[in-house]
Amino acid sequence: MIGEEEMNSTGKTFLTDYLLHLADDALILGHRNSEWCGHGPILEQDIALTNISLDLIGQARSLYQYAANILNESHPARNVSEDTLAYLRDNREFKNCLLVEMPNGDWAHTILRQFFFSTYQFFLYEKLVGSVNDTIAAISAKAIKEVTYHLRWSGEWVIRLGDGTDESKERLLKAFDMLWPFTGELFHMVEYEIVAADLGIGADLNLLRSKWDEKLKIVFQEAGILSIIENKIKPGSNWMQSGGKIGKHSEHLGFILAELQFMQRAYPNSEW
Amino acid sequence: MHEEKIFQDKLDREIKIEPQDWMPDAYRKTLIRQISQHAHSEIVGMLPEGNWITRAPSLKRKAALLAKVQDEAGHGLYLYAATETLGVTRESTIEDLNSGKAKYSSIFNYPTLTWADIGAIGWLVDGAAIMNQVMLCRTSYGPYARAMVRICKEESFHQRQGFEILLTLSRGTVAQKEMCQDAINRWWWPSLMMFGPKDDDSPHSKQSMDWKIKRKSNDELRQQFVDICAEQVKVLGMKIPDAELKWNEKKQHYDFGQIDWEEFWNVVKGNGPCNRDRLEARKKAHEDGDWVRKAAMAHAKKSKHKKQQTKVG
Ligand SMILES: [Fe+2]
Ligand SMILES: [Fe+2]
Repeated sequence: MIGEEEMNSTGKTFLTDYLLHLADDALILGHRNSEWCGHGPILEQDIALTNISLDLIGQARSLYQYAANILNESHPARNVSEDTLAYLRDNREFKNCLLVEMPNGDWAHTILRQFFFSTYQFFLYEKLVGSVNDTIAAISAKAIKEVTYHLRWSGEWVIRLGDGTDESKERLLKAFDMLWPFTGELFHMVEYEIVAADLGIGADLNLLRSKWDEKLKIVFQEAGILSIIENKIKPGSNWMQSGGKIGKHSEHLGFILAELQFMQRAYPNSEW
Repeated sequence: MHEEKIFQDKLDREIKIEPQDWMPDAYRKTLIRQISQHAHSEIVGMLPEGNWITRAPSLKRKAALLAKVQDEAGHGLYLYAATETLGVTRESTIEDLNSGKAKYSSIFNYPTLTWADIGAIGWLVDGAAIMNQVMLCRTSYGPYARAMVRICKEESFHQRQGFEILLTLSRGTVAQKEMCQDAINRWWWPSLMMFGPKDDDSPHSKQSMDWKIKRKSNDELRQQFVDICAEQVKVLGMKIPDAELKWNEKKQHYDFGQIDWEEFWNVVKGNGPCNRDRLEARKKAHEDGDWVRKAAMAHAKKSKHKKQQTKVG
């Protein structure tokens, strides 16, 4: 496979970094969504959001497993697995974007975070289906079916909340102000993404941006909030937060990991 | 009289009673009480296990637990739908839970303290639920019986999964073995209590048996459960915390010790370790979700209106 040869010949770890980035995004958002399980506003929606969590955790597992294979090939003694990658790396080694680690907040926050991310993930996987790396292409082909549903579900909810009551609209706008500054990072390419894109393994995020903008506008229009936020979503009109992809996270991630990794840290070297 | 005769005749001939059929008021009331309690148990039951979703020790276990708790939500849905066939809305049924008027299975008023509790719940709590539910697959009310058939399949999967969690622990480190035994110690007696009071103290049992809502008595089901678990625990190499547990050759059953009925009635009355927490969590979810449900309804109404207008135009 081109990706792996390239990595070995140049000694760079861009491919595993890239895989970990994709996996961490999926795991952390899956984890966040799973915090809702049993506490959702409507039983059917509790089930729907749990489905999304399960899909995301499933995607994370496939990507971690592939990353573990690569890492074990170069250093068999390290015995890397999906679980060592998820449970034994610390804060600074996680490569997820900041958006996915934001707290659940109310239903509007959770919905809008999902909508922003699913829109991004949809166009990303759409591209990665054609990756020159066969494994990434295969994982993406499976994932895009799931993400298509996530996008439809979250988009419908954005419309429902924007169009629903005064309160739901207000809450949606509040969530927008809170989350918008974390969307810039989705398209801000870091080194491993640039290398991956150049080799045809990853996606050029600059090419996805306009599709993402377009989809947002359509949904916000239908939700009846486009005119209110139009000025805010113009490129360059907002300072954007970034750093998650290179391991500089918000304070939230540490607490997520404290919970997520508790068992593996408290009882090391055990089979579960 | 004529209607009552038809009803009785159906019971006698093992024909299911369906929603549109005539049924005695008391039969309907008993079913509403029992099915809604059962639905609430599925929903409240999501809480103690949901506790461990964010802390599950591996990705595989995390996904499996998440899927399990989601199954329980699905069971709640089927059962709320079954109560609706008897003429009560889901909203009013949930209202009864949140106001403390309706009961749910007391087992969920015990806390989940370690990961091993997730295994013990699967093995013992889902296990005890299955005994009851397998019987209910033959219950006389059609929609309830059919919901049970679907639910039973998933419950037996949960039970195997729980047992497998414990099996893995029982083959693990010293700390894992201790964790495993400790969880069994804490969940054993509450699980036996799940079958309800002794037959002599069970006020509704006789009538429910006559109506074929119940097919086996509390004590019969409990004995069946003890007999199975007493064997399965050997596979785990663990002990059931009952010094009096002993095979009785004559009865061809296990003898077992006294249940602490004082504890049982106290938990039923609301004095269990988690009664308040569980109810608060359910109420909070409901109250926090109020604006969401209103928004969804308002949007649905507006969309319907828009559609009608385009039709006219
Ligand atoms: Fe269940
Ligand atoms: Fe279950």
